[in-house]
Amino acid sequence: MEALVIEGTNKTPSIHFDATTGRLEMRGRSIPENSIDFYKPLILWIDGYARSPKPRTVLHVQLEYFNTSSSKCILDLFKKLESIRTLGHDVLVNWHYEEDDEDMLEAGEDYQAIINIPFKMIQIQEAGQ
Amino acid sequence: MLDRIYDLYNEMERKQVMLSFTGDLSAELITALLGLVERKLLGFEEDVRVRKRVFNVVMECLQNLYHHNGGERAAEGASGDPHGVVMIARVEDGYSVLTGNFMAGRDVDDLKAHLDHINSLPPQELRKAYQARLSDGRYTQQGGGGLGIMEIARKSGNKLEYGFVPCDRDNAFFSLNVNVTN
Repeated sequence: MEALVIEGTNKTPSIHFDATTGRLEMRGRSIPENSIDFYKPLILWIDGYARSPKPRTVLHVQLEYFNTSSSKCILDLFKKLESIRTLGHDVLVNWHYEEDDEDMLEAGEDYQAIINIPFKMIQIQEAGQ
Repeated sequence: MLDRIYDLYNEMERKQVMLSFTGDLSAELITALLGLVERKLLGFEEDVRVRKRVFNVVMECLQNLYHHNGGERAAEGASGDPHGVVMIARVEDGYSVLTGNFMAGRDVDDLKAHLDHINSLPPQELRKAYQARLSDGRYTQQGGGGLGIMEIARKSGNKLEYGFVPCDRDNAFFSLNVNVTN
């Protein structure tokens, strides 16, 4: 299965989903006016990946900003991963947040509260790392 | 006329207006305004958390304007883009984000009830309400599922100030002031 690679813009995150390693990355900012268009190919890719996932899948989320238009789409990504986990595979979300950005930590905790996947909260020391 | 430009400058400086815009709001313009706000905030707001909160509030307010413009008056602009007003000012203990737009008069009661409900919730309850709305599986056309105003209230940490001015039989002008305090 081909990796999904999307360059980041000032409104959408960079995406690197690699089926051969099970490492999925989403970085930058997700603030488009219409997020459904952006997230649709991501959801489709994960649907394909879910047919033969790696024993361990790790999603790295490192967002500086995301809007409420994106928040339900991000939840959908997590739900897809949750169903991979339900089939007995190992799934983890690494939720990165900048030092002092308690709001982004809280946002991760909000997802953690409603999704049945282990979350690891990772503090980044400096912006943009 | 030229004197009035100086007066305007002084007035905006005195009120510490960071940005003021009225007109048609395209997606490109929202991007440009957000870029401007971000640069200005970097220049004088040292607290990362406040900076991000103000940016988030401005973003959600502009996107609300973009999506929720309704009523016939909203479509008067030649471009067909939504019409509105936005002003961001520094106030004594933080920032004030003001937005206004036309909407259908028949939707006023629902929006008012939504705002009053959000204003009535203490922070932990608001967070629970946000999580419940996030997980309810419903989308609006824009994908947000009615989370915008809740998010604005969470980032503000203050009660939302709002007003409705009836324009004619079918239209009203909605204005929202969001204070983000240090």
